[in-house]
Amino acid sequence: MSTLLDVAGVGKSFKGLRAVHDVSFQVSEKEIFALIGPNGAGKTTTFNLIAGAIRTDTGGIRFAGRDIVGLRPDQICDAGIGRTFQIVMPFPDLTVLENVMVGALHGETDVAAARRRALDCLALLELDTRRHVYAANLTLPDRKRLEVARALATRPRLLLLDEVMAGLRPTETDRMVAILKRLRAETGLTILLIEHVMRAVMALSDRVLVLHHGERIAEGTPEEVTADPAVLECYLGSAPV
Amino acid sequence: MIDRLFGDLTRAGLAALAAFVLLLLVLPGFATGYILSVTTIILYLAFVGQAWNLMLGFAGLLSIGHALFMGIGAYASAYLFARHGLPPIVGLIVGGGLAVAVGAAISALAFRFAIGGVYFALLTIAFAEFTRIMVDHARFLGGTEGLFLPVSAESRQGFDLFHLRGRPEMFYYVIMLLCLGAHALCRWLLTSRAGYYWRAVRDNPQAAEALGVNIFRYRMYAVMVSSGMAATAGVFYAFFYNNLFPEQIFSVERSIEMTLAPIVGGVGTLFGPIFGAFVLTPLGEVLTWAIEWLQHEEIIGKQVKVDGVKLLFWGIAVAAIVLLQPRGLWPWACKRLGLIRAPEDREEGR
Repeated sequence: MSTLLDVAGVGKSFKGLRAVHDVSFQVSEKEIFALIGPNGAGKTTTFNLIAGAIRTDTGGIRFAGRDIVGLRPDQICDAGIGRTFQIVMPFPDLTVLENVMVGALHGETDVAAARRRALDCLALLELDTRRHVYAANLTLPDRKRLEVARALATRPRLLLLDEVMAGLRPTETDRMVAILKRLRAETGLTILLIEHVMRAVMALSDRVLVLHHGERIAEGTPEEVTADPAVLECYLGSAPV
Repeated sequence: MIDRLFGDLTRAGLAALAAFVLLLLVLPGFATGYILSVTTIILYLAFVGQAWNLMLGFAGLLSIGHALFMGIGAYASAYLFARHGLPPIVGLIVGGGLAVAVGAAISALAFRFAIGGVYFALLTIAFAEFTRIMVDHARFLGGTEGLFLPVSAESRQGFDLFHLRGRPEMFYYVIMLLCLGAHALCRWLLTSRAGYYWRAVRDNPQAAEALGVNIFRYRMYAVMVSSGMAATAGVFYAFFYNNLFPEQIFSVERSIEMTLAPIVGGVGTLFGPIFGAFVLTPLGEVLTWAIEWLQHEEIIGKQVKVDGVKLLFWGIAVAAIVLLQPRGLWPWACKRLGLIRAPEDREEGR
């Protein structure tokens, strides 16, 4: 499988605080790749570096063979990367359908066609019955799903999901896992996700990268990393006896 | 097409809109000269209100310097007509083009340096103010002494659309068509890709950007469309009033005057600016009569100056709206009268 996303030695500091340091990883096409680590490990910063929301201090990021460092977020979206926000950012005065239509209008000038695509995405995320509700009135799990539907509507090759399972009940998590698996199977979508919900990470990911204090401490299959002493130490504070 | 443009209206809403347009069309047939001139001013305010609303209500950009764009249109067309005898259509093209270019330049400056919100509003005031000072000193535009358009008693009786010289009825129909045209344009824009992008940028620029929206470009589009509309209003203003003074045209008061109808009617709504103009201006007129009557009956002495009363009233009206119906009178009226369909009723068609 060919490499779709190549992150090479990226680093970012905020006023002297080293948020991410020399992180490298590759995500292959059609892979589901998880980024985990304790709070403050630098996961969301890594995401924002890829998505162009903040600029890297060092290192390079290539997407489908193209250098994407320094591109604006909308150019990153044009390149084929869709993202969600950990702190959900719906357009509150637009209905759920209109929210997703904004995403679907990416690369599509025909509003009616965008509407059809948005309805498809909503059906996929099981949000179609809520489509005429104003986003301001959605519950948190629905807002999380709206984030995914909206990003998906832009037709990305790579989807960045920032804690979309947080706050979901276990049954809802399982549903989201099933949806994402189906997406990959049907559309060949590549997914990079940040997740705290281990139930989802274990069920979904092909590979997992563990960050701690902005540095990479382990990488491998879910089974490998959860058995890694360094990973257990960073989560639990000491090595298992 | 009809369904795309008017899909948000119920049957009652469509009927109300049709009745409104019909009433406007036949009004000169029976209205007195006074009613006609008040309605002309109302339609002018409704037109510029829609231009201003497009920026704040659709794209989330607050301008308190819209007199600038209106003034550019007014001065350009008046200058070309008075000094070079060129018809207003030339003035519209030159003035409109100039206003759009200035709008684009201000947006480029503001959005390049991420000047947003209140700071953007301050920037618009600043540009309007220093344009006022520049025109004050521009001899060829008449400076502080003003710029006057030639009128003759004879031309006031005609119906010369090409030179915009004619009877009050002609001006009434011109501004009515402009106002309804602006309404149709706003409806079309809001249901197009630009409209969706504007509302997304208004609600959350960061999320919009992540969805591939070039927020710089779409904000600039909003400013350009809005400034072009305001300049068109300026051309009308110049030919309707026939005299232009910089402190009148480019004043902050004129910019604020443009914001009142949409604020009262409902920022971000399609019909709010028109509705607001039809509510506010007649109330202002009633107030003027009331004061005249009070002075006539000598309840208030004739020597008492009451010039500021209208402004005071408008201030109170805006404060009351903001406190009681922050979304404006039009959404409230729609709800009461059932003129607008809920989102879930729109897709079934009529």
